[in-house]
Amino acid sequence: MVGLASAALAGEIPRAERRSGYEFMSRETRAMQDDDGANPGLLWVLEGETAWSRKVGAAGRACVDCHGDARASMKGVAARHPVFDAARGRPVDLEQRINACRTDRQQAAPLAYESRELLALTAYVARQSRGRPIEVTIDERTRPFLEAGRATFERRQGQLNLACTQCHDEHWGRRLAGNVVPQAHPTGYPLYRLEWQSLGSLQRRLRGCLAGIRAEPYDYGAPELVDLELYLMWRAREMAIDAPAVRP
Amino acid sequence: MASALIRVPERARRGEVIEIRGLIGHPMETGYRRTQHGERIARDIVRLFTCTYNGTEVFRAELHPAIAANPFIAFSTVATESGTIALHWSGDNGFTATESAAIVVE
Repeated sequence: MVGLASAALAGEIPRAERRSGYEFMSRETRAMQDDDGANPGLLWVLEGETAWSRKVGAAGRACVDCHGDARASMKGVAARHPVFDAARGRPVDLEQRINACRTDRQQAAPLAYESRELLALTAYVARQSRGRPIEVTIDERTRPFLEAGRATFERRQGQLNLACTQCHDEHWGRRLAGNVVPQAHPTGYPLYRLEWQSLGSLQRRLRGCLAGIRAEPYDYGAPELVDLELYLMWRAREMAIDAPAVRP
Repeated sequence: MASALIRVPERARRGEVIEIRGLIGHPMETGYRRTQHGERIARDIVRLFTCTYNGTEVFRAELHPAIAANPFIAFSTVATESGTIALHWSGDNGFTATESAAIVVE
């Protein structure tokens, strides 16, 4: 199989060739993403802006009470996640970080994955990183999780016995059932997928891909998915966030 | 999703053709889908979209199940006088939504 020649960065897309999924879309879909009046993801951003100031939980506290204006305090936050959480001893993604605030600081129940409110808050926070380069921290604490994510990306899985790297490192730009295979960089998440007719998280997309190769999808919030998120963000390092994106 | 995004020009010249756009958050459930257990999911769509300009209707659209979720409608009208342009959606299960914006016509 091609791509096993060099050990460390086997099959990795050279930095100069890294392209966001945006560049593989039609002109019309790109126009939908670019226009804040036509991008349906902005509906969730608006809801998130309202949720930011809503007092919740036994503590009766809103995000704004600790974090102030999100436009300032949340700048670059989505571009840094998943980030190592000392209390939990492992990296957490943005959704887990928001739920940690809900349970620890607001004394409220965590929001369900893919629920309207969690998507709204995630979209609102991610929006504040628009245009910023992805920069997840890889150090001695996070490296084992990065390697676990890389192993998942390179492992053949499912009834179709395919590994992510086979499509997204070796065959990006070619077609699968008429659709162009992108490089799988998570620059736009959470994003509005036309196929879903809704905003969805990166984990929803990953689970969809796993179902597509007929593998058992990991549960929402599973460490395998967060490790994979960490690897994908590292793999897309220095690419600009364009959340909330639109994808076909 | 009850929120909507609308775009109405803030200013226009009298007689100028202006573009108005509205995007409403709505699942637009067609009524043809079934659950994993085979039960039909009831239709829940926006049925009517109208635009009034200082109370006079200038645009009307009837929507059907083929329209995708979060429908986006853009249309043009002539700027005649200063005032309020209101976009109104209504549909199944008593759904209604209204967004309006002011326009200055000189």
